[in-house]
Amino acid sequence: MRSFLINRLFQSIVLLVMVSIIGFVILNLIPGGPLAQYGLDPGMTQDDMARITEQLGLNRPLWVQYFDWAWRLLQGDWGTSFRDGAPVLSVIGRHVFATLLLMGTSTAIAMTVGIWIGIRGATRRYSVFDYAATVGAMVALSIPTFWFGLVGIYVFSLQLGWLPAGNMYKIGDGSFLNYLHHLILPSAVLALVHIAIWSRYMRSATLDAISQDYVKTARAKGLSERRVILKHVVGNALLPMITLAGIQLPSILTGALVTETVFTWPGMGRLFLDSLGYSDYPVVMGLLIFSAIIVILGNLIADIVVAIVDPRIRLA
Amino acid sequence: MTAFVQPVHASHWWQSRAARRFMSHHLALLGLAMIICLVLACIFAPYLLPYDSLYIDLRARFAPPFTGGHIFGTDPLGRDVAARLFEAGRISLLVGFFAMVLSTLVGTLVGVIAGYRGGWVGAVLMRVVDGFLAFPSIFLLLALAAALRPSPLMVTVLIAVTSWMQVARIVEAEVRSLREREFVLAGRMLGLSGTHLMFREILPNAVGPIIVTATLTVAHAILLEAYISFLGYGIQPPVPSWGNMLQGAQQYLGNAPWLAIVPGAMITIAVTSFNFIGDGLRDALDVRGDQI
Repeated sequence: MRSFLINRLFQSIVLLVMVSIIGFVILNLIPGGPLAQYGLDPGMTQDDMARITEQLGLNRPLWVQYFDWAWRLLQGDWGTSFRDGAPVLSVIGRHVFATLLLMGTSTAIAMTVGIWIGIRGATRRYSVFDYAATVGAMVALSIPTFWFGLVGIYVFSLQLGWLPAGNMYKIGDGSFLNYLHHLILPSAVLALVHIAIWSRYMRSATLDAISQDYVKTARAKGLSERRVILKHVVGNALLPMITLAGIQLPSILTGALVTETVFTWPGMGRLFLDSLGYSDYPVVMGLLIFSAIIVILGNLIADIVVAIVDPRIRLA
Repeated sequence: MTAFVQPVHASHWWQSRAARRFMSHHLALLGLAMIICLVLACIFAPYLLPYDSLYIDLRARFAPPFTGGHIFGTDPLGRDVAARLFEAGRISLLVGFFAMVLSTLVGTLVGVIAGYRGGWVGAVLMRVVDGFLAFPSIFLLLALAAALRPSPLMVTVLIAVTSWMQVARIVEAEVRSLREREFVLAGRMLGLSGTHLMFREILPNAVGPIIVTATLTVAHAILLEAYISFLGYGIQPPVPSWGNMLQGAQQYLGNAPWLAIVPGAMITIAVTSFNFIGDGLRDALDVRGDQI
């Protein structure tokens, strides 16, 4: 267990270094590099640019710049936003909650519905339900999330008038119910794709578990089919789902950003687009690195949880 | 040595087991038929429709579908949505196809080298793959597209840059397991060069998974193009694409819902078809995979 943890932690750190290198390369690939913003100012002279280059240390070798930049990231100095001069980390911090709320709610929906569909499909293999779920999942995976959001808004906001078309809450109404009301449509839209993914994985994990010897033993003991499925099959089939939750993180995050843009949800996706619009590269870069860190941490946590739950790893 | 077209009993590839299995996969055939129809429509429909995609008729702005010869209505400038839709299909399908070609080439190259060489070369290459996968692809794509002011070619390249990793992972795993097989050892005994072994002996045996992943990559690339164009960072107007036709559709959602519904439905049909085909190929080529 300990060597597993240390090994896994080491891998995550290597990955973080890799991510920071890729981020740094992208920053320097942008035409004008880190100076892009200053170049937009018409009053800038060649001398001014040279002076700023000197001040920011951009005339040093690239690898020195990288270590300097990475060291500042580590210390929490992620630069300041071009837009309002606020530190990048605090700008991001203001938008994290909204994104996490959306991701969390939608993942809860997707897991519940997806796992239910997966178990039902596997226990009634090749039934009409199973076939419909398979085809349905493939179609659901093919629908562009943002477009599904537009259709949702058209049907539920504009035609039926049941749900709000955007934003996280009505200004002046901070009640829980108001948040919930605004949360329903975007989280359902975001959940669709992931219901498809969860149901497919759960189906194949359940099928794997059903054919195991311990399930035969459980049946031979004379347990009811319901008990066999719920306790022996599902319990074991759920284990790979924890890993899946980690693996799915980039996709959930991407989906959340896409959904946010359609529903004017004040999260990181919205912030990313606004920052792109203002050429606010420190925030754009900050969000890139920050989201990669969330993904790496999420995967690490998922692996640790699996190790805790699964005795085969815990006791190894 | 070619796994896909290897005729065992049959004299032609279309009589092979894989081909017969694919032909009995109903969804895959449906997908194939839909893609063929879509491609033909995108090639010929612009010549058959009564309106040109660039013809602006300001008296016919926001004409609903099926009025005045506009099957799918008109847009805020009075342009025929149907004509634009099929023109856009050319761009979107081409971008999706070539992004797949590029990312499959890069991913296969990286995967073969990493899987065959192993050691620190393989480790470094696969950590780069992991690093790219840690970024939400849309973030990466948008940041690059916003900085580089994209042409259709650039959009294709950028989509490839953000989607080659999946192929690389699959090929790496495949090559790593093939590397120790007898035919490779035999080749090594014979003194064949590493390059020859990698690309002439091992790679043909990994073609199945590559074909399946490539098909699914087309689907993914079409979605990515649609999304960044929808946000205004992809294909730039007046060149139409399914994604940029949706740009601005949200603000007319109440009065002209067809502007949003038609292109989105087209994207869904195209992507679903590629996913169906990929699923059929997976069954036909015996590729293991728990995912869709």
